[in-house]
Amino acid sequence: MDPILIAEAAINGILLGGVLALLALGLNLIFGVVDIIWIAYVELVMLGMYAVYWLVTAYGWPLPLAALGSVALVTVLGLLVHLLIIAPILSSPPVNQLLATGGLLFFLQSFATFLWATDHRSLRLALPILEVFGMFLSFARLLAFAMSILAMLGLYLFLTRTYMGTAIRAVSQDREAMALMGADTRKVYLVTSGIGGAMAGLAGALLIIQYSVHPHFGAAFGPLTFMICVLGGLGNMIGAVVASLLMSEVISVGGIITSTEMAYVVAFVIFIVAIFVRPEGILGRRE
Amino acid sequence: MLEVNAVTAGYGEFTALWDVTLTVNAGEAVAVVGPNGAGKTTLMRVISGLVPIRTGDLRLDGRSFAGRRAHEIVAHGIAHVPEGRRIFPRLTVEENLKMGGFLPASRRHYAESVGSIFELFPVLAERRRQRAGTLSGGEQQMLAIGRALMSKPKLILLDEPSLGLAPVMVLRLFELIRRVRQEGYTILIVEQNVRQVLSLVDRAYLLEVGRIKVEGRAADLAEQDFVRKAYVGI
Repeated sequence: MDPILIAEAAINGILLGGVLALLALGLNLIFGVVDIIWIAYVELVMLGMYAVYWLVTAYGWPLPLAALGSVALVTVLGLLVHLLIIAPILSSPPVNQLLATGGLLFFLQSFATFLWATDHRSLRLALPILEVFGMFLSFARLLAFAMSILAMLGLYLFLTRTYMGTAIRAVSQDREAMALMGADTRKVYLVTSGIGGAMAGLAGALLIIQYSVHPHFGAAFGPLTFMICVLGGLGNMIGAVVASLLMSEVISVGGIITSTEMAYVVAFVIFIVAIFVRPEGILGRRE
Repeated sequence: MLEVNAVTAGYGEFTALWDVTLTVNAGEAVAVVGPNGAGKTTLMRVISGLVPIRTGDLRLDGRSFAGRRAHEIVAHGIAHVPEGRRIFPRLTVEENLKMGGFLPASRRHYAESVGSIFELFPVLAERRRQRAGTLSGGEQQMLAIGRALMSKPKLILLDEPSLGLAPVMVLRLFELIRRVRQEGYTILIVEQNVRQVLSLVDRAYLLEVGRIKVEGRAADLAEQDFVRKAYVGI
């Protein structure tokens, strides 16, 4: 095996890990604060991808503007998911909440199929391929990685430097105590869901420049995202980033050495073994 | 300042408080004592809005706040230091205090408030960048009290502040609560350490199975067999 190819795959793994980390952080943030897993999270990403696709191809928007459009649209969807689906069942048993967001998943999949059929749609961007030390790196992936890092940095600063961000972390530790501090927990939930939506919208924009979109896009990335969240420790932000990089390296490097299918098998085996050894995730539950 | 008027409250089918009436005047320190399960913590949670009332009324400075939610009641000027401290363990000491001053009106005085709390509890200043979960029990209680003071409340509710603390720490804590009093705060305190709390407060109520049984001046009550009653509940 050519070491250059493996190095290239390793770098591609890191680049993929950035976007996966963005997804895992969004999902983890909502879980940590609202205590609900949005099974349909990657379906929101899929809608963001379609948003960029149609804004660019049908309406002729420039890509950056379409990306902002996707962020805005999915932020609103995130707020709606919370207000219409989560808020009414906040005190129901967890399994009902899981079923409700699972129902949303099938609804969104079917809705997308109904509107846009099962065609795989791609932006067909002519983005350059960079050659570095004999490795070929896609500019789209580098861009997606850089944007993911920036978004995560922004999230970090928000969660540590602002009153609302600190309150979001506080609510994830003790929601009743935070109500005693004067924070309306309903508002904190809504803000968290909006941020989760915004991150899904951004991820959608970053994925559509690399992959084609279809109504079942979530079937590929959804399970991977949940696996990463569980592996890193549900609600644990740093764990999510570590697990993202680990999984994307296994998939990317493993894919080069064997085949993509085999790499996924290996990734899931690692996941299963890790969960047996450390059921609370690599870095434990929550930071 | 605080009037609890004929309040009945509970959880689901269970009634924890029956027709409870209690007042706290401005500048006063008042204790609620009684055996375990008497409803003391429920009373505190009712006042801070965590448990809704069924009948009766709650007033602060003559204005009713019955039916308000917890976060609105803080803005009215009542800060609740809950049982078990309930600090945010994975936030730093400073972040905990920042959350105590979460209300927009408190944010403007942040630096000044933090300064006065560090003066009152110097150990918190030393540990400001430490995660609150790494503090000792006594330090955590100081943090919980300091956090409540960040909103500059008119009334501060202290629920079992000495719970789980070593005897030496309990004495120090009471000394600190005495100093909080001297700062001019009005206090309503629930305590198991009946003797010590009676030396701290002006008046006290004895709560038994959800009803106020005895009420009086702390000095008078300390002389009666009230202390014994509070402990054993007969």
